[in-house]
Amino acid sequence: MILDFFNYDFIRFALAASLLGSITAGIIGTYVVTRRMVFITGGITHASFGGLGLGFFLGVNPLLGAAVFGLISGVGVEYLSRFHKIREDSVIAMVWSFGMALGIIFISLSPGYAPNLMSYLFGNILSVSTQDILIMSILLVLVLALFIPFFRLIQYVTFDEDFARTSRVPVSLFKYLLAALVALTAVVYIRVAGIILVLSLLTIPQNTALLFSNNLKKIMWLSIGIGFLGSLLGLVISYAGNIPSGASIIFSLVVLYLLGSAGKAIFEARMKLRKINLSATRFKP
Amino acid sequence: MNLVELKSVSFGYRDEPVIDQVDLVIRSGDFIGMIGPNGGGKSTIIRIIMGLLEPWSGEVIISKETNIGYLPQTHNFDNRYPISVLEVVLSGLLKVHGITTRVNKKDKQKALGVLEKVGMADLAKRSIGDLSGGQMQRVFIGRALISSPQLLILDEPVTYVDNRFEQELYNLLEIISRETAILLVSHDIGQIVSSVRTIACVNRHLHYHPSNQITEEILESYNCPIDLITHGHVPHRVLHTHLP
Repeated sequence: MILDFFNYDFIRFALAASLLGSITAGIIGTYVVTRRMVFITGGITHASFGGLGLGFFLGVNPLLGAAVFGLISGVGVEYLSRFHKIREDSVIAMVWSFGMALGIIFISLSPGYAPNLMSYLFGNILSVSTQDILIMSILLVLVLALFIPFFRLIQYVTFDEDFARTSRVPVSLFKYLLAALVALTAVVYIRVAGIILVLSLLTIPQNTALLFSNNLKKIMWLSIGIGFLGSLLGLVISYAGNIPSGASIIFSLVVLYLLGSAGKAIFEARMKLRKINLSATRFKP
Repeated sequence: MNLVELKSVSFGYRDEPVIDQVDLVIRSGDFIGMIGPNGGGKSTIIRIIMGLLEPWSGEVIISKETNIGYLPQTHNFDNRYPISVLEVVLSGLLKVHGITTRVNKKDKQKALGVLEKVGMADLAKRSIGDLSGGQMQRVFIGRALISSPQLLILDEPVTYVDNRFEQELYNLLEIISRETAILLVSHDIGQIVSSVRTIACVNRHLHYHPSNQITEEILESYNCPIDLITHGHVPHRVLHTHLP
C-alpha cells in the first residue's frame, strides 16, 4: 500500500509541495512568530479572499487577485504600524473581515459558474499542479535570496528595531520586503492549506521548534524538519483514512507540538530531579 | 577632534518645541554629563544625534568616521525573542559590517571580551529574556561597546540597576573614558557629577558648563531647576562655588 502511495503523480506533487512548503514556511513562519505578527498574517490571508473573488469576477486567475490583495494589505498594515496612534489589532480585524466581505460580494456578482469555495477555504494539497510547484519554487528562491545574505540583519532588526535604526541600515526597506514575502507565502500556500488553515503552517512547527532552541538558525532548521514530518504524516493519514489533507496535516502538526511539549516537560522534570538528588547526596553526613 | 557638532538645533512634537537653538560640540576626550529635568529634552537631543529624529531646524554635523556606541533609555524589544546574550552583543557590530553583516571568530572573541568587561561572560549563551533588568543593562552596555566607538552615549544607564552595579558602572566608565569620549545622560545630578568632567544643562535650551563644579545658583541661572539639597547623597564638592 505504501508503494502504491508513491506511484501516483498527484502524491509526488503533494510531496514536492510539502517539501517546498516546509522550507518556505519554516523560514517565513519563524519570522512571523518571533516578530509576533501572527495576527497580521491571518489578516493578510483572509483579506486576500477579496482578491480571489475579484479574480473570479474579472475572469483572471483568482490566485493572482489574491496575491495583489495580500501584498496591498501586508505592506499597508506594515506602513500603518509606523503610526503608534493606530490600534493595530483593530485595523487588522477590519482588513480581515473587509477582504472576506469583498470576496463574497464579487463571487455572488460573478455570472453563472460558482467556484468551489471549499478548496480555497480549506485547501487541497492533492490538487497541486506543475504550475503550482513552479510558483512555489520561485517563491522559495526569493525567500532564500533575502534570508541567506541578510540573515543577521533580519535577526537584529526583528529583535530591536530602534537600535538597528541607529546603525545606519535601511530598516524600513527590509520590513517591507519581508512583509511582501509573508503575504506572498500566505497566498501561494492557500492552494495547499486554504485561507483558514495556512496560518498553521506558519506557526505550529515554529512554536514546536521554539520549545527546544533560542538560536534563530536552529529554530528555522527545526521548523523545516517538523513541518515536513507533519506534512508526510498528514498525507499518509489523509490517504489511509480518506480525510481532507489540510485537516490531517494540521492535526499531525499539533500532535507533534504536543509530543514536543510533553517530551520537554519530562526532560526538564528529570533534570530537576537529578539536581535535587545530587544536592541531597552532597549534604549527606 | 570634533566628533559631534550641533548648531542651533531645534525640535518639537506638533507645535510644541522641546529643544530650542541647541549648540553642542563633543570632542574626543570629553566626558560630558547631561542633566536636566524630566521632559527637558535630554533624550530628544540624544535621539537627534543618533539619527532617530530629524531636527526642525539647525545643523547636525557628524563625520562619517565617527562611530557612536549607544545605550538607549528604554529598550523597545520583545524579551521572548530567541536570541542569546552573545548574539545581542554582536548586533552592536551591525553598523560596522553593514547590511550583509557576518560574524567571524574574531568578532565572537571580541564579544566575549566585552562581556567579560561588563561581568556577563558566564551568561553568554543564555537567552536575553532570562536575565534580570540589571543583567540586561550590562549586556546592552556591551552591545554599545563592542564596535570600539569613539563616542559612547548612555541615556539614563542606571535606571534599572541596583546600587552595586551603579558603582561598578561608574568605575567602568572611568576606565572607558581614558580612550573614549562619553556623553552620560541623567536626570539626577548627584549620581554623575563626580564622574564627569563637564556638564551640559538641558531645559529646552542647553547651557554648557565647562567643569563639574556646579552650584544651585548656577543651575538656576541656567534655568535648569534640579534639586541639589533634597538629594541626600550629593557629593559635597558639588556645592563648591564655581569660580568664574
